[in-house]
Amino acid sequence: MAGSYYEKIARINLTTGEIKIEKLDMELARKFIGGRGLGTKILYDEGVATVDPLSPENKLIYITGPMTGSASPSSGRYMVVTKSPLTGMIACSNSGGIWGAKLKYAGWDALIVEGEAPEWTYINITDDKIELLNAEKYFGMMSEEIDNALKAVHGEKASVLNIGPAGENQVLMAAIMNDKDRAAGRSGVGAVMGSKKLKAIVVSASRTNIEDIIYDIEALKEANRDCLGIIRENGVTGQGLKTYGTAVLVNIVNNIGSFPTKNWQESYYEKGDDISGETLVDTYLVKNSACHRCPIACGRVVNVNGKVVGGPEYEPLWAYGGNCDNNDLNVIDEANMLCNELGLDAISVPCTIAAAMELYQRGYIKEEECDGVPLEWGSTKALIEWTKRIGQPDSPLAKLMSSGSARLCEYYGHPEYSMSVKKQEMPAYDARGIQGIGITYATSNRGGCHVRGYMISPEVLGLPQQLDRTVTDDKAFWAKTFQDLTAVIDSMGNCLFTSFALGAPQYAALLNAATGTTYTPEELLVVGDRIYNIERMFNKAAGMKPEDDRLPKRLMEEPITNGPSKGQVSKIKLTLPQYYEARGWVDAFPTDETLKKLGLEECVGK
Amino acid sequence: MIEVRLFATLRNNRGKIIYLEPEKYTDGMQVLEHFQIPREDVAIFLVNGSHSDPSGPIKDGDILAIFPPVGGG
Repeated sequence: MAGSYYEKIARINLTTGEIKIEKLDMELARKFIGGRGLGTKILYDEGVATVDPLSPENKLIYITGPMTGSASPSSGRYMVVTKSPLTGMIACSNSGGIWGAKLKYAGWDALIVEGEAPEWTYINITDDKIELLNAEKYFGMMSEEIDNALKAVHGEKASVLNIGPAGENQVLMAAIMNDKDRAAGRSGVGAVMGSKKLKAIVVSASRTNIEDIIYDIEALKEANRDCLGIIRENGVTGQGLKTYGTAVLVNIVNNIGSFPTKNWQESYYEKGDDISGETLVDTYLVKNSACHRCPIACGRVVNVNGKVVGGPEYEPLWAYGGNCDNNDLNVIDEANMLCNELGLDAISVPCTIAAAMELYQRGYIKEEECDGVPLEWGSTKALIEWTKRIGQPDSPLAKLMSSGSARLCEYYGHPEYSMSVKKQEMPAYDARGIQGIGITYATSNRGGCHVRGYMISPEVLGLPQQLDRTVTDDKAFWAKTFQDLTAVIDSMGNCLFTSFALGAPQYAALLNAATGTTYTPEELLVVGDRIYNIERMFNKAAGMKPEDDRLPKRLMEEPITNGPSKGQVSKIKLTLPQYYEARGWVDAFPTDETLKKLGLEECVGK
Repeated sequence: MIEVRLFATLRNNRGKIIYLEPEKYTDGMQVLEHFQIPREDVAIFLVNGSHSDPSGPIKDGDILAIFPPVGGG
């Protein structure tokens, strides 16, 4: 048995009901690690790039990394890799909780789900036994409801992954939920699951660890001890995230004037402190929570009108808050809970509502289209009601909004009000005030996203060193390095938040101990580069054009109107060529020479 | 006046927003001393929204925002 892989993939065809067990190609596993990298390589090789994302021909890959479930820090991550119905390009959504670790404990590196079930179905996995069961009676259930219902059938130790009504309705911003409030949230992966009539995947496992496949247990223990020490000593991972969660960013990003407000018409929110992590601690926070084997424990548990549920991250606090001109924290908690129950992306949905509010402000969406709930800035009723309507759309406007801001704004003839990249909504940092994050937004293979190269670390938080957020110098190089390291972490199965404290040397030590590889930190970054390039080649095959690597016009042409970053615009036109040069790309795609250098000979000439 | 905004754990027993007389404070270190905040507890020190070193000068009308090590994403 190769270190840290069970070398087993289940290929499940929902059309025929056939379940095949395949041996993991270990050469590919070495080259692409697992998770995001290996999942994308499999999807690319199987020709999925050209299919309709909501057709039976699309495939859904649920994939762990070699570190998933291991004795390494924050190792509960799994990835959902598929072709996105929102962007038409690669989707890789990543989630914590314990479901991913349980899948690994059951002895599976990955599940590849194909076809479309004749009726609503769920997959039940108990160690090496996999069965398809009828899910008709679970149809329409909210995420928490089906989690409880399936645990009642399969036992409390089972872990449940599912889609809510939004996924059933193939809403293009539907998430896949697991363990009640953890989400593979972005790029509409829940809609793909809905298109296959797959309602849930239940996993039960006899194992409680993966020590039987670790290459060198003692070396892993030592590397883990080293990492845990660094994480505990680090102010961000040791105390900051535990105390305030990601919500603490509200005041930081607002105080540098890069907190997009009213759909990015402004970038400083006067009432920011009302929706901050500090205020959350003082009001609705019940306790913090942790995913599998996580010493950071950044999760929020909040009280929403008497119900104790998973609380909001920084992104929904911003998106339902300042971006919709709303300072009612309880309403944000409630809207976030609705996203979890309906199975919705809590970034893209509120950003689409914000875009609709700007269309309403400018008179393009008329009051009579709003079915009694006008899309007025700051309307708490609108935020709650339109979230419900997006999850279960039954009016023409709700249907339009459920396809995301890009299609909505295009319909009204004003695509410039969609604050998205590759049709996926950008997150909570204004790239006019933070130059480097704009490079990673524009070049992210899955569209607008902050966790494909979190330049906020060096540009705002000063980790590992403080960069001037307003200048472009060296940002292309930094952006590429962050993207490559992130691709590695996502492929290993550790949480990206460990990287506030850890660097490539620690990840190399963990991976080498678990798998028996001998990567140097530098070699590991080359693997990350390879993963970034295979994603880009998937997008090329899917029809991506160079002009898709772009930021919304507003960021380049409309200077920030208020706050500390007033007057700033994105200089992406300057940094994008520098980035392509650093990558070895011409017109947004790798040259044949770059592909060969990265060991991607199979992509040459494609 | 100099407006000092404190965040996260730095607020404990100190308050959220405090105004200081400009003539008594000419650099950020004096402000930290006033609040008895050790330099090593400060991760982000903003003067009017720009990352700054606390030893740098401050003046009447400035807004200071001071954070301990915190992060997210």
